[in-house]
Amino acid sequence: MTGPGVAGQETGAYGAIPRKEDARFVRGQGTFVDDISLPGMLHGAILRSPLAHARIISVDASAALAHPKVEAVLTGADLAGRGLAWMPTLSADVQAVLATDKVRFQGQEVAFVVAQDRYAARDALELIAVEYEPLPPLIDARTALAQDAPLVRDDVPGRADNRVFDWNAGDKTATDAVFATAEVRVGCDMVYPRSHPAPLETCGIVAASDAVTGRLTVWSTSQAPHAHRTLYSVITGLPEHKIRIVSPDIGGGFGSKVPVYPGYLCAIVASMITGRPVKWVEDRSENLMSTAFARDYHMHGEIAATADGRILGVRARVLADHGAFNATAQPAKYPAGFFHIFTGSYDLQAAFCEVTGVYTNKAPGGVAYSCSFRVTEAVYLVERLVDLLARELGMDPAQLRMRNLLRPEQFPYTCPTGWQYDSGDYPRAFALALDLAGYQGLRREQAERRARGEYMGIGISFFTEGVGAGPRAHMDILGLGMADGADLRVHPTGKVVLAISVQTQGQGHETTFAQLVAHELGLTPDDVEVVHGDTDRTPFGLGTYGSRSTPVSGAAAVLAARKVRDRARLVAAATLELSPDDLEWLDGKWRVRGDPDRGAGIAEIAMAAHSSLELPDGVEGHLDASAVYNPPNLTFPFGAYICVTDVDPATGEVTVRRFIAVDDCGVRINPMIVEGQVHRGLADGIGMALMQAIAFDENGNCLGGSFMDYLLPTALECPSPELGATVTPSPHHPVGAKGIGESATVGSPPAVVNSVVDALAPFGVRHADMPLTPANVWRAIQGRPVRPDLAVS
Amino acid sequence: MYPSRFRYEAPHTVAEAIRLLAAGGDNAKVLAGGQSLVPLMKLRFAAPELVVDINNLPGLSYHRADPDGTLRIGALCRHADLERSALLAGTQPTMAAAAPLIADPIVRNRGTLVGSLCHADPQGDWASVVLSLGGSVVAEGPDGRRSIPMTDFVTGPFQNLLAPDEIAVEAVIPAAQGERRGGYLKLERRVGDFATVGVAVSLETAGEVVRRAGIALTGVGASTIAASAAAAALTGHSLTAESIAAAASAAAEAARPRTDHRGSAEYKRHMVATFVERILTRCSAEPAERAA
Repeated sequence: MTGPGVAGQETGAYGAIPRKEDARFVRGQGTFVDDISLPGMLHGAILRSPLAHARIISVDASAALAHPKVEAVLTGADLAGRGLAWMPTLSADVQAVLATDKVRFQGQEVAFVVAQDRYAARDALELIAVEYEPLPPLIDARTALAQDAPLVRDDVPGRADNRVFDWNAGDKTATDAVFATAEVRVGCDMVYPRSHPAPLETCGIVAASDAVTGRLTVWSTSQAPHAHRTLYSVITGLPEHKIRIVSPDIGGGFGSKVPVYPGYLCAIVASMITGRPVKWVEDRSENLMSTAFARDYHMHGEIAATADGRILGVRARVLADHGAFNATAQPAKYPAGFFHIFTGSYDLQAAFCEVTGVYTNKAPGGVAYSCSFRVTEAVYLVERLVDLLARELGMDPAQLRMRNLLRPEQFPYTCPTGWQYDSGDYPRAFALALDLAGYQGLRREQAERRARGEYMGIGISFFTEGVGAGPRAHMDILGLGMADGADLRVHPTGKVVLAISVQTQGQGHETTFAQLVAHELGLTPDDVEVVHGDTDRTPFGLGTYGSRSTPVSGAAAVLAARKVRDRARLVAAATLELSPDDLEWLDGKWRVRGDPDRGAGIAEIAMAAHSSLELPDGVEGHLDASAVYNPPNLTFPFGAYICVTDVDPATGEVTVRRFIAVDDCGVRINPMIVEGQVHRGLADGIGMALMQAIAFDENGNCLGGSFMDYLLPTALECPSPELGATVTPSPHHPVGAKGIGESATVGSPPAVVNSVVDALAPFGVRHADMPLTPANVWRAIQGRPVRPDLAVS
Repeated sequence: MYPSRFRYEAPHTVAEAIRLLAAGGDNAKVLAGGQSLVPLMKLRFAAPELVVDINNLPGLSYHRADPDGTLRIGALCRHADLERSALLAGTQPTMAAAAPLIADPIVRNRGTLVGSLCHADPQGDWASVVLSLGGSVVAEGPDGRRSIPMTDFVTGPFQNLLAPDEIAVEAVIPAAQGERRGGYLKLERRVGDFATVGVAVSLETAGEVVRRAGIALTGVGASTIAASAAAAALTGHSLTAESIAAAASAAAEAARPRTDHRGSAEYKRHMVATFVERILTRCSAEPAERAA
């Protein structure tokens, strides 16, 4: 699996070792939020709106309060009395914690019951009487800016329409000029439907407020514990040093556990009121209906080219459905995330995109599900456009891509919208994928099958992501720059504890980060204990999402380890009574130049650093070190994916026969973990492409509120993927690594859709929106595609 | 899972179970495999005051054939038993085709055929299969047993003919007049999904002539639909391209699908015709008792 000629790969502490955390997970001995039980703990439950849009006339909780096991009920009015009915979102909007004036989406939080057990809390929800005055809901994002559209956010003084933002990137004039003179222009409307990350563990919290010490301790499903601590402090006014956030084991996040949700605040307030710990864990339907969704982009894309297949430019107009509150989690400067990387992997002259965000009566969110801050939507758009162009030109889509891919000598490459791609060898990765697939053979097979009336598709996607946010001059969330810290403590025996700001939700940090440090210090991964997810024990940082852990926090860990190594050299020199210049780091030890048998490893040096040894002036004892890493740029992983499908045109059923995925994420610390991430992401992509969408009916009822209707793919829908790798190190990352957590989720949907559309080419199908369920494929064959975001009509 | 409060009883005799049900009246529910009832209770769509768990009742796990070929399936016979049954594989092509398509392996390990019939979900697969085979349900109450033809058993969506104090103890498939052919096809968006459309076809043939035909449809109406006209179009004739097309068209006409997130009414109707045609074409091409 290793790429050719990779320096440092599979050496030292790197390599495909089993995950350290799995010892507890395979035994069922993880500790998740719902496993936490404290003495006297109470249980919360949320009453949610059955309506998508309604004025609240009254909320009567008296019957619930009379329930013998109910300890408290919070309503919007109660929170308003404490100034907590609304909270800031990660996009500097406000979101209702408990509704006071209106409900704005089905499933919105209306009241919070605190009872002695979970059953009683649920029973008491049925005792709360809410009188609603229904209002016309705004469901179709495409009507959000119409004159007569219902106004979603009348809570904001002076707001007259449903516009969240208008944003653009690129050079409009130059792009229009390219399009005006281009020989070939192809355009298409496409929807990237609303989907949901659906982590197996839903969101939850245990909040314990101590009135005596003034401390608040929170165990919660957080991908960003430090950011949550700051946010809770800002929202509640509690001093930040009195707040401790613990993210214990987390059962998947995919971006949906970055935001602060109303249930968290309700549990915190309830603990303050009752003086007892309060647990709230949402159920599956609550998770699907109310926590951060993903995507929901209505896009019109165009691509311009020469008649012989030289791509000149792309442009896009996007309507972004943000739901009832703008609660996306992304660097503040980029309201559409990194969508403007939609120039893809190609050498273009010009590009321009404009994105308009709108409010609708749907749940808030938008940046989740491993999307690399909207790179998912961008890659889908450009990779569909390239296939459409190939069709228009009568060119093979592989040939068209190979012709236009950036060449290795163009890196670092600044794309027309301003991203500086750090490194890449795209033709090499693409050639490997074509080779693994046996591409020419597949095309011959396709032709033979078509002659027999069988419909086989071959779909390609070549993607580039920008991950590892990010340079703090450009990237912050609510004013918190996206740099991350690492603390390294070296014990006298040379065993090491690494404390990091990022938090694993399944990515394997306890293994990968141990390998990173061990590799730098000549230790084994077992010599390094990784501490994470507890704000009292770890340095500040913004958390794990956007594939940023290895690019940012991994770099911090390496820099801290290198500081340790540098100090170890001074100590080793003192021990050996030599000058530091006489020592060189070789095979995991400081060794005497010209006499490599003499030297000392970190364990010996650590003992010396803690001993009575006289150290040179200016050299502190011990070996502990810290680092904060402010990345100079994003890292730009890329990959070439090929998907082979078979389509039954009578039923519309799609079978994914093969999936070939070549990823280049720079240096691979643990290739097994990398491959695991790719497997997971491919399942995500197949799910989104074929079966997943959160649609709404005309009344705003969520049609994806359970796993009976929001479908996750199983092993039977996912082929065993055929993986390949090339390794092009990042030039600016300390070990040349790039992020990998989202690559496959980003890269695979267009490969699947391109494959199905390719299979359906004999029917004249140019495009079909996800999810390509049997019914939707059948309608596409009929030439009557449906809107996947609305109830089928 | 946070259901409403309920009382739970697990009697050891049918008589005791019936007594409990009689006392519980309309607010009592029988728990067999629990694969439908428990999710409904979890969502609080169902809130029975009393749950009578019949899993302790002895002697109801069987499925067996009488000497004349009549098939009897006890109330605690699991889907998985039927999926692995050599008896079904050899004698009941429609049932053998349907068994592995029921939900997923976890559901099949617990869920029961009789429970599925009682649940009367219009998307339930077994009701169509049993209907196509001309089967019946045996109910036991305070006054003894009675047999209810499947054509009468389901009275509406999630409604059956059982009295509150009756337990369905057995499903019965009558012996075939001739050789069985048939199959069950189901369109699902993903394995384990409820049927978007399901079609059960059961034929009894003598030589090439169809002596009895049953066609029933899943998921395309408020209840399971017996496509009687489609079946009638086949009876007394051998299978030909024309008779197959006529049956497919008649079955599509019998469907009463609704447009929903699984697909449009038009699509579902088309799928009925497609599946009828596919099963019958296979029946005409393959030897008896092997078609699926």
